[in-house]
Amino acid sequence: MSTVTLTIDGIKVTVPEGTTVLEAARQAGIAIPTLCHDPELSAPGACRLCVVEIQNMRNLPASCVTTAAEGMVVSTCSETVVEARRTILELLLANHPEDCLTCAKSGECALQDYAYQYGVRKAGFAGERHDYPLDESNPFIVRDLNKCILCGKCVRACDEIQGRTVINFAFRGFATKVATPMDLPLGESDCVFCGSCISVCPVGALTPKQMLGTGRVWEMRKVRTICPYCGTGCTIELNVKDGKVVGITSTPEGTVNGRALCVKGRFGYNFIHHPDRLTAPLIKQPDGSFREADWDEAIALVAEKFGAIKTAHGSDALAVMASARCTNEDNFLANKLARAVFGTNNIDHCARL
Amino acid sequence: MTNSVKEIAGADFILAIGTNTTETHPVLSLQIRQAVKKGATLVVADPRRTELAVLAETHIQQRPGSDLALLNAMAHVIIAEDLWNREFVQSRTEGFEEVKAAVANCTPEWAAEITGVPAETIRQVARGYATSPRSTILYTMGITQHICGTDNVLAIANLALLTGQIGRESTGVNPLRGQNNVQGACDMGALPNVYPGYQPVADGAVREKFERAWGVPLSPNPGLTVGEMMDAAHHGSLKGMYIIGENPVLSDPHQQHVREALEHLEFLVVQDIFLTETAQLADVVLPAASFAEKDGTFANTERRVQRVRKAVESPGLALPDWQIFARVANAMGYPFNYSGPEAIMAEIAALTPQYGGITYPRLEGDGLQWPCPSHDHPGTRFLHGEKFTRGLGKFHAVSHIPPAEVPDTEYPLMLSTGRRLMHYHTGTMTRRARGLAEFYPSEHLEVHPEDALRYGIKDGDLVRVTSRRGQIEIQARVTEMVQPGLVFTSFHFWEAAINALTNTARDPKAKIPELKVCAVKLERVG
Repeated sequence: MSTVTLTIDGIKVTVPEGTTVLEAARQAGIAIPTLCHDPELSAPGACRLCVVEIQNMRNLPASCVTTAAEGMVVSTCSETVVEARRTILELLLANHPEDCLTCAKSGECALQDYAYQYGVRKAGFAGERHDYPLDESNPFIVRDLNKCILCGKCVRACDEIQGRTVINFAFRGFATKVATPMDLPLGESDCVFCGSCISVCPVGALTPKQMLGTGRVWEMRKVRTICPYCGTGCTIELNVKDGKVVGITSTPEGTVNGRALCVKGRFGYNFIHHPDRLTAPLIKQPDGSFREADWDEAIALVAEKFGAIKTAHGSDALAVMASARCTNEDNFLANKLARAVFGTNNIDHCARL
Repeated sequence: MTNSVKEIAGADFILAIGTNTTETHPVLSLQIRQAVKKGATLVVADPRRTELAVLAETHIQQRPGSDLALLNAMAHVIIAEDLWNREFVQSRTEGFEEVKAAVANCTPEWAAEITGVPAETIRQVARGYATSPRSTILYTMGITQHICGTDNVLAIANLALLTGQIGRESTGVNPLRGQNNVQGACDMGALPNVYPGYQPVADGAVREKFERAWGVPLSPNPGLTVGEMMDAAHHGSLKGMYIIGENPVLSDPHQQHVREALEHLEFLVVQDIFLTETAQLADVVLPAASFAEKDGTFANTERRVQRVRKAVESPGLALPDWQIFARVANAMGYPFNYSGPEAIMAEIAALTPQYGGITYPRLEGDGLQWPCPSHDHPGTRFLHGEKFTRGLGKFHAVSHIPPAEVPDTEYPLMLSTGRRLMHYHTGTMTRRARGLAEFYPSEHLEVHPEDALRYGIKDGDLVRVTSRRGQIEIQARVTEMVQPGLVFTSFHFWEAAINALTNTARDPKAKIPELKVCAVKLERVG
C-alpha cells in the first residue's frame, strides 16, 4: 500500500494513502476535537470543530474530511484554529441550555469537555433559543432536542449501524431538528429502541430514561460482561453504583456487537434487583406453602431425598435439567453432578425449545 | 454456527430460513442488513411476513412444516441444472449418489404443491444459492422444531455440500442459537448422550477417561431428553428432578402434561432467580445468583467463549449455581472442591478437547472461538476449512413428511409459536424489566384478515384458541403477517400460555418437539 508523509504540528507522520488528516493526527497522538465525527460512521464534516490550518490552503479545512497528502504541513492548534473552534463552541452554546448542574450527561459530554478545554465560559452570542418539549413518549429514551447540537450522529447510527432510518433532519435553518417521520414522538414511530443513538450522542440530547437520577457518570463503575439474552453474545457494560446495577452501556470494543445492542440488552436489566428475587432457600410445607430455610437445612434435605431415591430406585430415577442461562462452569458442574454423583446420564436443557 | 457472526456481512447470498432474526437476534441481524447494503441477495423463507422478509429480495412464504420439500427441491434444481460443485463433491464428500436418487423426483413443481411456493421461485433461489461466490444459510427453530427437524438440518447441509458453500469465509450452515449460553450448555455436556465436548457416553474409551478423572464408575447408557424426562415422570419411572434456571411449565409443549409430570415426582428441586411457574411446583427451591452476580464464561452462537464478570452481590442468601452444586455434591458424599470458576475452567479444558487451550487470562479481550485445542491455538473462525470433523462430509438422503398434526374439519387452523423483540423465553426476566414490560405488556394472537372474516373476529377481540390438548383466551391481532390458515403467538406470557395447546410429537432423532405446527380452532369470546 502506498503511503504519504505529512507534517502535523512539526511532527512527521507517515500514513496510508487515503487517510484523513484527522486520523493521521490521532495516529501521531495529536488530539483534535470532534463532535460529528465517529470512526464507525460516515463523515459529513458538519460541526467544523476539527478545523486545522494547512499551508497553501484557503480557509480552515475540516480535518475529518480532508485527505492527507504528500508534503502537507498542518497546524492543529494555531491561534487562528483555536479562535475558530472557540467561536464554534460559543455559537453552539448560544442555543444550548446551561444546565450542566443537573444534566445526566455531565462528566462525559463532549460539548462540556471542549468548552472547558477552550475556556468558553459563556455563549458569546445572544439570540433566539429553542424551547422544545421533552420527548418522554417511551420508557427507554428521553429526547431533549434543546440540547441537540445537530451533529447528526444519531441519524447516521440509525441508518448505518441499525439500517432503520427512523430519524433524520427535518425543517430548515434555525428550525432544523432531528425528527421521526411526521415529527411524531419516538414512542409512536417505528423505533425499536436499540439505543444506538444514545451510544453515539455527544451531548445530553439522548439519554437512557431508566438511568435518569441514578447517579453521576463519574460515580459509575463499569463492569464488562456478556448480555444475558439471545445467543449473539454482545458485550455490555454494567453500570454499578452503590452495589446496584443502575444501567447498561455499550462500548466500541464490543467484540461481536461494537456499540450496537438491542432493546433487551440495553434496557432489560431491572430484573436484577427486582423485589421478586429469591433470597433464601424455600421448603414446601404439608399445606403447600413455602417456608424459608437456611442453606444447611435445604442442602441436607435435597441430599437426603435424592440419595434415598437413588438407593431405592436406582440412579436413573433421577434427572437434571441444566440451564442455557447459566455459565459454562455452572453447566459443567451440573453435568458432573448428574453423571458422577447421581450416577445417571439423565441430563438435558432447553436447547430444543 | 460453522462460521462467524461478522462473516455474514461478507456473504453474497443469504438464505434465512425459519429465523425471525430482527426480533430474536437483533444485533446479529445488523450483519444481514450490512450484507444487503453491500449488494447481497437476501432470500427469507418463513411462513410469516416478518420484518426480515420485508427486507428480502425474495420472500418464500412456505406452508408451515413444508421446509424439507422446499430444500429437497432446491437440491433437485442444483443437480438437474448441473450447478453442483463437482470438485468439492468429489474431494470432500460422500453419499452424493444417494441424495441424487432421493431428490430425483423432488421437482420444483412437486414442491410447489406442498409448499405453496411457485416452482420458478424455487428454481431461482436454488440457482442463486449455488452460483453466488459466497452463500450462507441461517436458520433457527423454524427449521428444527418439527418432527423432521433433524432431516431439515441435514437437507440444509446437503445444499452446502452440493455447492461447496461451506468451509470458507462467509458461507456455511449457521444455526443462530437462541439463548445466551445454549451453545455452552451443549458444549458442557448438558445433554443426555454426550459428555462435555460432544464425547459420547456410549464410547468406552471416552467413558474411561471421565471415570479416571472423576474417580467413579459412570453409566454407559445415554439418558433422557427433556421431553422424555416429562414422559418418564408421568409414568413414574423418574422420581426425582433437579431443574436449574428453566421453566418447563411455560416453555415445554402440552402444559398440562408437563404440570402433571412434575406433580407426579416424589421430589422436585428448582434452582432459579425467581419463583417461576415451575418453581411453584417444587419441594425445595434454591435461590441462585443472576448473571450480574457471578464470574464465569458464556459461549455464543459463533462458538466464542467470553468472560462473564461479577458486578454486584446476590440478594440475601442467593449463591452462584456452581456453589450450590458443590454443596449438593459434598452433602451426597462426593467432594466438589473448586476455588472458583477459573478452577472449574481448568478441569473443563483438561477434559474437553475443543476447550483445551482456553484459560481465563486468554479470554481477556475478544475471548476465543472453539475449537481451541491448545494454549498456542488462536481459536477457529470457521469450521470445516480443510476437512470435515468426520473426514468426508456426509450427504444424507432425507424426504418430506407432513407435520404430526395437520388441520382438519374440527381444528381447521395451524398454530405456530415464536418470540417477540421485547421479551425473552418465559418472560421471567423481561416481564420484570420495567421498560420492556411497560412497552409490551400483553400478548396477542396474529390472525390473517381472511380467517378473521371467516370467524367473525375483529382486531382487538378476545378469542379462544383451542387444540386437542388445551385452550387459552387471548386478544386477536388481525394482520397479514401470517398467511391464511395460520395463527401465531409467543410463549412469553403466562396469562396466554400457548404451550397449553402445542404438540409433544417429537423428532425421533433430536427429540425436539414440533412446537412450530399444531392444529387449532378459533372462536370469538362473548
